[in-house]
Amino acid sequence: MNKLDNIKRIIIEKPLKLDCGVTISNYPLAYETYGSLNQNKDNAIMVFHALTGDQFAAGKNPVTNKDGWWSYVIGPDKALDTNKYFIICANVIGGCMGSYGPSSVDEKNGKKIGINFPVITINDMVNAQINLLDHFNINKLLCVTGGSMGGMQVLQFVASYPDKSKIAIPIACSASHSAQNIAFNELGRQAIMADENWKNGNYGLENMSPSKGLSVARMAAHITYLSKKGLQEKFGRKLQERDKIKFGFDADFQIESYLRYQGSIFVDRFDANSYLYITRAMDYFDLAKSFDGNLSKVFKNSKTKFLIISFTSDWLYPTAENREIVIALNALNADVGFLEVKSDKGHDSFLLDIPDFLNAMKNFVDNSH
Amino acid sequence: MKEEFKIIANSIEKNKSVLDVGCGDGELMKFIYENISEKIRGLEISKENVQKCIRKGLTVIEGNAEIDLQQFPSNSFDYVILSQTLQAFLYPEKVISDLLRIGKTSIVTIPNFGFWKVRLNLLFSGTMPVTKTLPNEWYNTPNLHMCSIKDFVNFCNKRKINLFKSFALTNNKVSSINKFNLNLKNLTSELGIFLIEK
Repeated sequence: MNKLDNIKRIIIEKPLKLDCGVTISNYPLAYETYGSLNQNKDNAIMVFHALTGDQFAAGKNPVTNKDGWWSYVIGPDKALDTNKYFIICANVIGGCMGSYGPSSVDEKNGKKIGINFPVITINDMVNAQINLLDHFNINKLLCVTGGSMGGMQVLQFVASYPDKSKIAIPIACSASHSAQNIAFNELGRQAIMADENWKNGNYGLENMSPSKGLSVARMAAHITYLSKKGLQEKFGRKLQERDKIKFGFDADFQIESYLRYQGSIFVDRFDANSYLYITRAMDYFDLAKSFDGNLSKVFKNSKTKFLIISFTSDWLYPTAENREIVIALNALNADVGFLEVKSDKGHDSFLLDIPDFLNAMKNFVDNSH
Repeated sequence: MKEEFKIIANSIEKNKSVLDVGCGDGELMKFIYENISEKIRGLEISKENVQKCIRKGLTVIEGNAEIDLQQFPSNSFDYVILSQTLQAFLYPEKVISDLLRIGKTSIVTIPNFGFWKVRLNLLFSGTMPVTKTLPNEWYNTPNLHMCSIKDFVNFCNKRKINLFKSFALTNNKVSSINKFNLNLKNLTSELGIFLIEK
């Protein structure tokens, strides 16, 4: 039995015209929920995942058997309190955890869609996930939130659906991908495509997938999620299970061993083509572009209340980029709050147990309900 | 709530929009939110204070007034409040012009360096004054640009800023300042509260 057979999934019949021009319909969207929807249906929160996340934001991920990626945030009495709120999280289209993506099987020929999958955007991801509101008969969400690419989806959601959420919490994100962001993503994609097993995206059997390339992509990306200080404190120049350097290219240093391990466990749960498509979607993200280059115009019609959160040591989506969103909202006199949380854990901070972050989020959501 | 905040709150009309610059832990904001106008937002430099404001359900932007006031559009608030912070800025004049640009009315309060205790303190001890409203030593004070009530009034005259209401506060007693009692109020008041417009 396939490990994805038992996950929750809806088939979306309604045609969706993607930004690239292709129209898709009858496609699957996998999701998970936590807590329960109240009678008034006004306690629903939609959580958007980051690049390598999935719908299993809390509890145990049934595929990896690990804690959900936002376990610190979602749960009873936590920042997003499942005793009070109904949390919905979907796997983005282009992903590989049951939603329509390059690893979906084309019914016509029984093969994986692979590189024939259309190029998608953050906008397309949000337009697919909005269907879950109809599925649950929810008119308006209490909150949309997410970090990193999840934060980009939050911004896109409010821009596209200005009256569909009462509050929004974009975390550690940006309104457009910077040259540096694109550069790191390109590095990852080139690593995958340089793997001879990639075969122009037509790799088939799991043991023949471009796992070396994908693993290098993950290693490079992982460095961008941490801060220099964090790395130095955790690893420094500590050696890996040896007393002295071995004058070779084995993993002498703990940091090498750590990155190799991160790369190796990643390839077991993630599809290389999905990595290409989702990083591309992030690179294409430029919210202001479709509004005459004016970020303020993006949120012109929104009555949504914002709390934007950044982290001091995040150099991938630094405070300055988060502040640009604050400035744009301010120019509209929108209801926008902003907090830069002190942390030396880098971009990954939004996934970690950082009380200042979790408390701010909890207080903001609870006071808004 | 302290007397200064009561005077500020009493100067604000119902349901008008308010920006509290350097809103601290949000005590004044919360009072205004609950009693006068829900259209209130804050700007605060301290992370701890921003957290306290979020806990109170207030909308606050973490930021430095000297940098971040620039991003607020002109005439976007009916009132802008600046409570006992003017003296801590590097460029107080720039901040005042931002306040006047952003708000129709600005409410500015200052600890009065002309207060007699401050004057005596310097006169007799020969050291920088340390008082109830100015509790820090010269080497650790956040106050860079201390001024007196008279200084602020002169500043407004010089810059053609419409100073249309002034209050003096001493021992929780409020009185009005006018051009006839200015010298006396400058000597007897701990705090000056000014309503200014472009």
